[in-house]
Amino acid sequence: MPDGGIGAPTKRREDTRFLTGRGKYTDDFTPQNTSYCAFARSQVANGKIKSIDTSAAAAMPGVLAIFTGEDFVEVGGNPAGWAIVSRDGEPMKEPKRPVLAHGKVRHVGDAYAAVIADTLEEAMDAVEAIEADIEELDAVVDMASAVANSGTLVHDEIGTNTCFDWGWIEDNRAATDEAIKKAPHVTTLELINNRLVPNALEPRCSIGEYDPGTGDYKLTTTSQNPHLSRLLISAFVLGIPENKLTVLAPDVGGGFGSKIYHYGEEALVLAAAKKLGRPVKWTATRTEAFLSDAHGRDHVTKIELACEKDGTFIAFRTETMANVGAYLSNFSTATPTFLHGTLMAGNYTVPNVYVNVKAVFTNTAPVDAYRGAGRPEATYSLERVIDKCARELGMDPVEIRRKNFIKKDQYPYASAAGLEYDSGNYDALMDGLEKTADFAGFEARRAESAKQGKLRGLGINAYIEACGIAPSNLVGILGARVGLYDAATVRVNPTGNISVMVGAHSHGQGHETAFPQIVADMLGVDPETIDIVHGDTSKIPFGMGTYGSRSLAVCGSAVFRATEKIIVKATAIAAHMLEDEPDNIDFSDGVFSIAGTNKSVGFGDVALKAYIPHEYPIEGLEPGLEETAFYDPANFTYPSGAYASEVEVDPETGKVTICSMVALDDFGVVVNPMIVTGQVEGGLAQGIGQALLENSVYDDNGQLLSGSLMDYAMPRADDLPSFVVDHSHATRCNHNPIGSKGCGEAGAIGSPPTIVNAVVDALARGGHDVDHIDMPVSPSRVWAAMNK
Amino acid sequence: MYDFDLVIPSSVADAASAMKADGAQALGGGQTLLPTMKQRLAAPEVLVKLSDLAEMVGVSAASGILRVGGATTHAQVAEEGAAYPALAALAGNIGDPAVRNRGTIGGSIANNDPAACYPAGALGSGATIITDRREIAADDFFTDLFETALDEGEIITAVNFPIPDAANYQKFDQPASRFALVGVFVARFGDAVRVAVTGASNGGVFRWSVAEEALSADFSASAVEGLAVNAGDMISDLHGSAAYRAHLIGVLTRRAVQSC
Ligand SMILES: Cc1cc2nc3c(=O)[nH]c(=O)nc-3n(C[C@H](O)[C@H](O)[C@H](O)COP(=O)(O)OP(=O)(O)OC[C@H]3O[C@@H](n4cnc5c(N)ncnc54)[C@H](O)[C@@H]3O)c2cc1C
Repeated sequence: MPDGGIGAPTKRREDTRFLTGRGKYTDDFTPQNTSYCAFARSQVANGKIKSIDTSAAAAMPGVLAIFTGEDFVEVGGNPAGWAIVSRDGEPMKEPKRPVLAHGKVRHVGDAYAAVIADTLEEAMDAVEAIEADIEELDAVVDMASAVANSGTLVHDEIGTNTCFDWGWIEDNRAATDEAIKKAPHVTTLELINNRLVPNALEPRCSIGEYDPGTGDYKLTTTSQNPHLSRLLISAFVLGIPENKLTVLAPDVGGGFGSKIYHYGEEALVLAAAKKLGRPVKWTATRTEAFLSDAHGRDHVTKIELACEKDGTFIAFRTETMANVGAYLSNFSTATPTFLHGTLMAGNYTVPNVYVNVKAVFTNTAPVDAYRGAGRPEATYSLERVIDKCARELGMDPVEIRRKNFIKKDQYPYASAAGLEYDSGNYDALMDGLEKTADFAGFEARRAESAKQGKLRGLGINAYIEACGIAPSNLVGILGARVGLYDAATVRVNPTGNISVMVGAHSHGQGHETAFPQIVADMLGVDPETIDIVHGDTSKIPFGMGTYGSRSLAVCGSAVFRATEKIIVKATAIAAHMLEDEPDNIDFSDGVFSIAGTNKSVGFGDVALKAYIPHEYPIEGLEPGLEETAFYDPANFTYPSGAYASEVEVDPETGKVTICSMVALDDFGVVVNPMIVTGQVEGGLAQGIGQALLENSVYDDNGQLLSGSLMDYAMPRADDLPSFVVDHSHATRCNHNPIGSKGCGEAGAIGSPPTIVNAVVDALARGGHDVDHIDMPVSPSRVWAAMNK
Repeated sequence: MYDFDLVIPSSVADAASAMKADGAQALGGGQTLLPTMKQRLAAPEVLVKLSDLAEMVGVSAASGILRVGGATTHAQVAEEGAAYPALAALAGNIGDPAVRNRGTIGGSIANNDPAACYPAGALGSGATIITDRREIAADDFFTDLFETALDEGEIITAVNFPIPDAANYQKFDQPASRFALVGVFVARFGDAVRVAVTGASNGGVFRWSVAEEALSADFSASAVEGLAVNAGDMISDLHGSAAYRAHLIGVLTRRAVQSC
């Protein structure tokens, strides 16, 4: 076994370039003769475009071209990637999402014109000179008003603001209603899952290029999945043949979901590059990021939990309004449905679950998947109502959860929300949590806090999530318009080093370090001799990119399968070299040998033979050593975890301080524990951001009040405690070859309910009658709840 | 950002005459002005750079007065203001190191952001703002939100802070910007107490005279127990209601007195 295989905490090799300023992000590329693009964006949330006069702007210095919605009426729209069917059997409403607004603007920041000029300043000057006559109309911002359909319609042509009204599982509705009616105890909670702005450090940026000599297009862009962008641009939006379009996503400075989607700006720079024969670059300002990146979350939910008097769960029922904003972003319809409703049974043996989700159009920026995507919303609703229920029944929050946990011998377990969990051990996680978080010492710490005038609380949470959404056959039946496999090519070069081309895209996940560990482990070679190639559609096999914690479980499995094929072929070559049958060849630690003899040949010599096939059995064996695998998983993977946090509340100011945060996760087999710890910690920071700080707020006119970092509070280092992260309580994923589950989103899923449970616990122990506070649990909200 | 001319004067007198140009504006540390210009929300034609003027940079203490040059950075005040610890602490808790290494006292006071810290420090200390033309008492200087007694083109060259017997500044952060959601500066000079409040009021920084009277009679936290400002005059926004801000003023005033 070489050093640095599966399980090694290898330091991230990509960090050297990131930390020394040598990363190459989209904006770092400026092809010769680049021109610059700036957008005219709506200042109003809802408006009729009466006229756009670009003549003055067109005459400004340096201006090369101006585009408006008129220029794109002939081309296609940006589609939703998942078709949802409403309870009444009607398909969801899919209004067109144009490249540039046409006829109407539908949210503040909706782009209605674009200027291309020699310099960015000239483009910006010309944007100011565009005379747009936009008649402001009443905006519809809050979801309750929107679904009433009594006033403004975001899209007149569909006649409603309800995109769909989805029931999951509709056939279970009556039984769930009945069970709740008869139940001895029902706990009800209404809550808001606050709207978030993803705020990747690197704003979106796109460069379009067109080569008139070959007719080839190139889009360099901030994307989590370049092939998906290429497919959408080719098949739906611009009709550029896929073989004529390269999409390149170089280093990407964070995505968190917001860079999964294809955006109109990408189509625009390509169309403009074609028209001008010059590269066209657009880089979002932070303000544009706030106004036009897809936002996250934004659910309003009523959840009911029915149980026996002893806390045995009987039924969960939810009614949710999910904001999709003004247009359907690519996965906005999947996020509140199949990534949310299917998780609503949690870690529990509850027999009845029914989820109802209405997706609602409003005059706000589009909302789509954001780290966790639907699963944080499910976990939050469930784990909050369970805490409230425990309080009502006078039960310990650990006890009520344990009572209802799926037990370790019950797998595979068919949950009442329609999923089949393959493995897990929730009791083991909870056992570990009790020790690691030192529940026994809590009372003493609480007394100590009380001496300082602080209210201390303990919050816990148990979560399950679903990663690596799949299999394609199933998701197709459920409405997905894409497949959800991934792909890898392992290319062994003649001198024995290896290039691995992967469909996943690394934008912070550490693929360049972790994927080689898999190959190194299997081939018994030094991981330093293996490189990952990703993010360039002209080099990599067709893959689906990175989101939903799928990279290792799905693309890593493709790497695994491709490497298996390499071993098969290399074994055949070795057999020839050793003059024996492949079946008689052993392969370990990078050496092919024949048991019981001293005959052996190293992997490097086999690679060389593959490419210099002298004395080679060319009739039966192709030269070369390169294999591709497409891997389509048999099921989701189901990471789970148990989290605990202690908080202190300052009763005079309402300020919450997080004293501890303990995260125990079951991710199955961990390839690089150091990277996994980092992923969890990043997720925890984002979850704590949601719980305590972040909030995207529109006023009644649809103006984004939290439109800059002066008003949108991102978590900073000193908002966070030292984390305790432990992924040793692992159960293997039973259906992928590595046994891994996926860790990218867990922290952001598990932490928000943990924190809010802890705050409510602190207030309750302090004698305050507060059963819920909506996130962000800011000082002013805590104070208001204590003084209501 | 629109184009502008940059003037680098070699003396305050030079700067003052450069400020007479049409569309001229003083540039301190640029921590407020430059972001506004980048967003094209401000478009000065000429920037007059003050931060290199030796006459305007430095911290010195003499005869019970801490004098801070108008172009002195927050970082320098934090480091060299030991003669007036409460003020040094205030400066050391503005923004982050990048902001403190650039931002200046003159810029902060001239800007009079309703959530800024220095206005509370100046008003709470009864400071004198010295300009290229005159001296203005802090009590007369801060006239309204983002409004001051400065005339067109007038430059703050220094601020003189009388050093109190005891003082403390309590800042409660607005969670996003980390400016003051509410900040209270308490200073005691013998029996006379000044209490200045920032972040809270629709009218900008103000003195809480009821608390000043109570504390002048009895300098203890309990003396302000039960006193409250009128919430009707307070700011209400995303980060806190008027009632919450009014409440925080009481809490922070008590804490400031306790920390004196
Ligand atoms: C991220 C961040 C966090 C911050 N946090 C805080 C905080 O917690 N508390 C706080 O109080 N402040 C905070 N600030 C503001 C900071 O203190 C600024 O430095 C200050 O408001 C402006 O000072 P400046 O020297 O940068 O002025 P500039 O930005 O250069 O100028 C501001 C205004 O003052 C005028 N001006 C500048 N100097 C003079 C002068 N000598 N005479 C007359 N007019 C002048 C300019 O013309 C302009 O109108 C923060 C700023 C940032 C960017």
